[in-house]
Amino acid sequence: MNEPGFLDIISFGPGGWGAALLAAALMTVAVAVTGFTAGGIIGIFAAWAKISGGRALRVIADGYTTVLRGIPELLVIYLFYFGGSALVTAVGKYFGAEGFIGLPGFLAGSLAVGVTSGAFHTEVFRGAFRTVNKGELEAATACGMSPWLKFRRIIAPLTLRHALPGLGNVWQVVLKESALVSVTGVVELLRQAQIGAGSTGLPFDFFLIAGALYLAISTFSGFVLRLGERRLSRGVRRG
Amino acid sequence: MDWAFLSETFRNLVSAIPLTLKLGALSMVLGSILATLLALMRLSGIRALDGVARLYIFVFRGTPLLVQIFLIYYGLGQFPAVRHSFLWPFLREPYWCAILALTLNTGAYVAEIIRGGLLAVPAGQIEAARACGMSPWLRFRRIVMPLAIRQALPAYGNEVIAIVKATSLTSIITLMEVTGVAARIIAETYRTVEVFVVAGAIYLAINFVLTRLIMLAEYRLTPHLRQPPQGRLVSAKGETR
Amino acid sequence: MTAVNEAPVALSVEDLRKSFGNFEVLKGVSLAAREGEVISILGSSGSGKSTLLRCINLLEIPDSGTVTVAGETIRMERVRGVNRPVDRHQVERIRAELGMVFQSFNLWSHLTILENVIEAPVHVQKRPRKDTIAEAEALLEKVGIADKRNHYPAHLSGGQQQRAAIARALAMKPKVMLFDEPTSALDPELVGEVLRVMRSLADEGRTMLVVTHEMGFARDVSNRVIFLHQGRIEEDGAPREVFANSRSERFRQFISRETVG
Repeated sequence: MNEPGFLDIISFGPGGWGAALLAAALMTVAVAVTGFTAGGIIGIFAAWAKISGGRALRVIADGYTTVLRGIPELLVIYLFYFGGSALVTAVGKYFGAEGFIGLPGFLAGSLAVGVTSGAFHTEVFRGAFRTVNKGELEAATACGMSPWLKFRRIIAPLTLRHALPGLGNVWQVVLKESALVSVTGVVELLRQAQIGAGSTGLPFDFFLIAGALYLAISTFSGFVLRLGERRLSRGVRRG
Repeated sequence: MDWAFLSETFRNLVSAIPLTLKLGALSMVLGSILATLLALMRLSGIRALDGVARLYIFVFRGTPLLVQIFLIYYGLGQFPAVRHSFLWPFLREPYWCAILALTLNTGAYVAEIIRGGLLAVPAGQIEAARACGMSPWLRFRRIVMPLAIRQALPAYGNEVIAIVKATSLTSIITLMEVTGVAARIIAETYRTVEVFVVAGAIYLAINFVLTRLIMLAEYRLTPHLRQPPQGRLVSAKGETR
Repeated sequence: MTAVNEAPVALSVEDLRKSFGNFEVLKGVSLAAREGEVISILGSSGSGKSTLLRCINLLEIPDSGTVTVAGETIRMERVRGVNRPVDRHQVERIRAELGMVFQSFNLWSHLTILENVIEAPVHVQKRPRKDTIAEAEALLEKVGIADKRNHYPAHLSGGQQQRAAIARALAMKPKVMLFDEPTSALDPELVGEVLRVMRSLADEGRTMLVVTHEMGFARDVSNRVIFLHQGRIEEDGAPREVFANSRSERFRQFISRETVG
């Protein structure tokens, strides 16, 4: 039987892999978005801890960012996947369940991505807050704003605007990191390419297509982010 | 606290450190050479060269390293031409595929770091060099490159840390560096947390040492940013302190 | 100015003390401002004049002493040897009754001028948005930058920004206005437009405390001049008396320094 040609692979017909690859690309985006969001939430809390937390909180936050920026993401994914499964299995055994219960790869993977990207988010938010003009914060205090109102109306919008470029970088990193989640079995883009390569004996073609798809997602994201940056920076004078 | 297991794990992982460091160091060196070439291409002023370099950097920074590793390790073997070439003994070895992938990848990132450093050299100082009659090559060698390196050092330090972390991906193509050994121990014993802690500590230790080395380099290279040296004090009687 | 002398006290501080580390900036300052008074606070740098103003709306917390606004005293307590306000909500409420104008304007850069002016009234004082917008437009008209309402602060000159900041303070319908060196950060040719606005506020009968270096304003517009030296009030009286017959040698030195050049 003939090896499928390149065009056969990317076709959407019954013999083609186009549909599967596109679905996997969507899964990649899903993992990345979930991980990025989780990381963002962690980042806000950790940045707040570093900026205005007590000594204990600051030490914990510093420890978190130092450790998670220094160890390989793959190790963290193994921790959440294998460790998480062990935890779930133990809990299951406590409730009488039998055998090994695996933590879903998507959950373990996104959580791992969230926890690792959170460290970078923290530094982005912290740096962005530092560039906010303290006088504007003081003016908010001076007209009697409560801390929550001040955060909601003044601190958050101003910090976010300065954080956008950094957040864009973190997104690109998270997008690429999602490829590592393939080790948990989740059928995102890289895994799907592996499956296709194994099935057709054409690894080069499949990984090339996967690479191209990653580039497409990354470029499109960059475009959207720059648009967002422009809109949110209306009042800022350049340079 | 199972000290026996922890210490055995520690010993196993430590024995894998040399491979991690070899992968990192070799690809850093080769990658920096590639990066210098790319940076010069980008700054050459020749549109074609600039375009090729930009495309290269775009592709290698925009795709996951794991995809690049798979492309080289699994993908190249697809072609009979490669399999029958003189390169095949290298390209079917996970080690050389890893080195190649890491080099190509880090080259793209470091190229931008070098370019950033070169662009950050204050224009006035270059002008002064021209004004005293330095040739372009002399200017580059004595003024531009030294200043560019100092500007780029912090970012370069970050990239060194990133490379060490990147070596962990080579475990997926069977290399037994620290993460590879850690994964094997986890698969055998299911004691994920303990192995994770030991492996994580090892990586943190490596990063700590590397960060210190970079800081040392920064310190040695920037006497101009520190306090001026204290003059020797000479007393009325001519004694020096 | 007998009418002013009999007006109720709008703001008073009693025996304010404040130290930064070992350096005692305010050494027991007391003053009372009646409604309608325009008080200029003069002094060299380090004399404590900005600190005094910032203690009034608790941007700095005094180490001891009391602040009373429109008859309501800010309640303070000592916790572990440190002075602090008892009720955060009281502080916020009183701050909303004091309008502060900063040396560096401090307009919110992500909001347009109009949005800057309505921000506190709508979100702190919970006033209805439509009415507030109408009032804000009138205020912007009054300070002379109505055409800039949809611009962002970065697009305005220093003088325009400060006038916007004054409108923002006015929008809160404050009982007392606090000005912290409002013209010190402005290019000389822009100082006049801001002083004109401040003068019109004074003519309206607003209660104003103005920390300033503008001797002309102190002499011609204010009805009381206070001279602060090293954390204590050394002069306090009508401009004519203080400038002509000052008891303090230091004040006379200060004036001669300020009016040279």
